[in-house]
Amino acid sequence: MAVELPENVVVSKLDELASWCRKNSLWPMPFATACCGIELMATGASRHDLARFGAEVFRFSPRQCDLMIVAGRVVMKMLPVLQRIWQQMHEPKWCISMGACASTGGVFDTYSVVQGIDRFLPVDMYVPGCPPRPEQLIQAIIDLQDKIQREGTIGGREFATRSRQQAPHALLELPVITLPRGVSHFPQGVRVND
Amino acid sequence: MIDPQTTAALTAAFPAIGWSEFRGDTRAVVSRDELFAALQLLRDQRGFDLLVDITCVDYLNYRDAEDRFGLVYLLANTRTNERIAVRAFLNEPDLVVPSAVPLWAGANWLEREVWDMFGIRFEGHPDLRRILLPDEFVAFPLRKDYPLQGRGERHNFPVLQRDEG
Repeated sequence: MAVELPENVVVSKLDELASWCRKNSLWPMPFATACCGIELMATGASRHDLARFGAEVFRFSPRQCDLMIVAGRVVMKMLPVLQRIWQQMHEPKWCISMGACASTGGVFDTYSVVQGIDRFLPVDMYVPGCPPRPEQLIQAIIDLQDKIQREGTIGGREFATRSRQQAPHALLELPVITLPRGVSHFPQGVRVND
Repeated sequence: MIDPQTTAALTAAFPAIGWSEFRGDTRAVVSRDELFAALQLLRDQRGFDLLVDITCVDYLNYRDAEDRFGLVYLLANTRTNERIAVRAFLNEPDLVVPSAVPLWAGANWLEREVWDMFGIRFEGHPDLRRILLPDEFVAFPLRKDYPLQGRGERHNFPVLQRDEG
């Protein structure tokens, strides 16, 4: 049975329609802590013009954002803040780890710098570079748009199945500090050796 | 550059003081017990009205070093441009010095930083808390016997999964 459709009607799946809307109106949350933040600003500025890809509205409130761009190194005092901001963002939400420091700790292999935010947060896209060029960040956003279009569902089912990357085994074997009696280091407890 | 009267006044008040000079910078070494009095003399009688910095050096495994920690006060006289570094050596377990906050209010955060990084307590400090590291941190990471990569502090966080965001 053939159904005659007018020329201005397109048939699609609802999932794809929702993903198409979402991917073309990403609202980034700039979590910029270091030099990558400068490139992030350049990406949003007129020369590189992130508006071409529908992601130009940077908001500084996590409740208005759906794409967190972590640009720069994250120290251990900052990580609870980062996690709180991530939890405050509404779903559907995505995360880009921009630059070597956010992705791996970069050259800062010291006691205070978190060695990659993906140890503690789900990350969708990694951007290499120190710092990455704006073109690289734009490419990551384009790739993320592809990912959203491919995997997105209107109910957000894809978020329930994906989980954090496993840390390399060698890192799980690092010694964990033992605390004196009565001192609670981090109230959430130690999960790294689980 | 330093006024000879300054060195003369310090030497007269504290005969055990040690002097050295490097590229025009004068450095005085006083004992821990004389530290506060020496700083007070410099401020009140010699016009050192600016506390530039307080910092600390860990001499663990340092060649020919006899003491563990060297506490350094950098002072300046803004009228005469005199500068002086006052040092006091400390050893474990007695890492306590009198606070310089009564002399210069700017010593407050500087002393908190030295406490944070080296674990040297400043007696009489109004609010001796960690200033850079999280309050829960238990070590003093700028000591030489602290490992560069820490003791696992940076791993002690809850892991957020995708579905519990």
